[in-house]
Amino acid sequence: MTAFLALLLRDMRLAMRVGGGALMGALFYFIMVAMTPFAVGPDLNLLTRIGPAMLWLGALLASLLALDRLFATDHDDGSLDLLMMGALPLELAVAAKAIAHWLTTALPLIVITPVLGLMLNVELSAMGWVALTLLAGTPALTFIGLIGAALAVALRRGGLLLAVLVLPLTIPVLIFGVAAANAAIVGPAPFGPPFTVLCALSLASLVLGPFAAAAALRQGLE
Amino acid sequence: MRTDLIDLRLAGKDLACERGGRLVFSGLNFSVSGGEALVVTGRNGAGKSSLLRLIAGLLRKAGGQLGITGGDDEATVGEQSHYLGHLDAVKPSLSVGENLQFWATYLGAPRGAPIGPALEAVDLAQLSDLPAAYLSAGQRRRLSIARLVAVARPVWLLDEPTSALDSASQDRLAELMRKHRASGGMIVAAAHGPIGLDEPRELKLGVMG
Repeated sequence: MTAFLALLLRDMRLAMRVGGGALMGALFYFIMVAMTPFAVGPDLNLLTRIGPAMLWLGALLASLLALDRLFATDHDDGSLDLLMMGALPLELAVAAKAIAHWLTTALPLIVITPVLGLMLNVELSAMGWVALTLLAGTPALTFIGLIGAALAVALRRGGLLLAVLVLPLTIPVLIFGVAAANAAIVGPAPFGPPFTVLCALSLASLVLGPFAAAAALRQGLE
Repeated sequence: MRTDLIDLRLAGKDLACERGGRLVFSGLNFSVSGGEALVVTGRNGAGKSSLLRLIAGLLRKAGGQLGITGGDDEATVGEQSHYLGHLDAVKPSLSVGENLQFWATYLGAPRGAPIGPALEAVDLAQLSDLPAAYLSAGQRRRLSIARLVAVARPVWLLDEPTSALDSASQDRLAELMRKHRASGGMIVAAAHGPIGLDEPRELKLGVMG
């Protein structure tokens, strides 16, 4: 457990130091949502209608932004070798890195979400619910992305491959996330069912992601 | 923790290693007991680094058996080994102390054990607060070596450990290796020249092919 916490704290510290890119995700998300009204035009009803989709797309892309470097930096400087030689199971080590990534990339993005309602003509009270759907859904994005990040290291190709591998897998999360957010903002469908599915997707990927990622890393031993 | 290391034996039997579809070596036998040192020599590409990575569990063996007896039966060979490779596993944005503290905790140093003595052992104590980005190649190497001192593990796998080190640091490393062997530890090192080991045994790779 000490090793798990040590790795979690190290990754968070690395993300928050110069060049770590902790707030990059939140900044990207903010800019993307802020630009939407300029692209769509001043039709307030339209903005309300596409608001949830824009927020969720922004969150999806932002959480993938720094993900390709998750294992690549550790692989390049030899840290990954040593991480595999610890007594901590690789599955847990990988999970610690994913949690650190979620805390430094997704959490700031969720925190600024209520403010962004201003840009999309959504009530502040409804934005609270949208933030809740992101809170429930972004762990799924991170832990699915984790698998792609591990595969990208194993196959020695980063970046583009990650997006190609991961984005299709995130479609269910996107569908239920936007459905729950829409229910919160405009109704009339109930908020509960899509939100529960979203939680289930997150919990499932929380369990499967680390195992799949660790298996991918072991496969890439060379 | 280190008193029972003397009966340790690390042995490989009929080991084979394949990389990228090419057989690097096969039918390799070796054994090292507590207190002994084995120097792996051979031409470039003979598989010195591959052998060390294979022992560390960082490379899948294509055949044969590898095991350590007399140690912790629960732990794999890799979990009882230190690997000092060509890469230093040093994060430039963390300070020297933070780098070492992380690896010490992660690799299983006793809780609350100070890292000061390990930094002293490689003469980096006064640079503890400096971001590792400012270290020279030799200093990064020494920080990497400090890891071996901070966490007690019976097997040291050293891949050309003296590269980038000045002569004073090479002497310090020789002293650390002597102490490690005196306390029952073992060393497997890949090297082209002498690295300051007393009476090492030699394993020559690449003679069969």
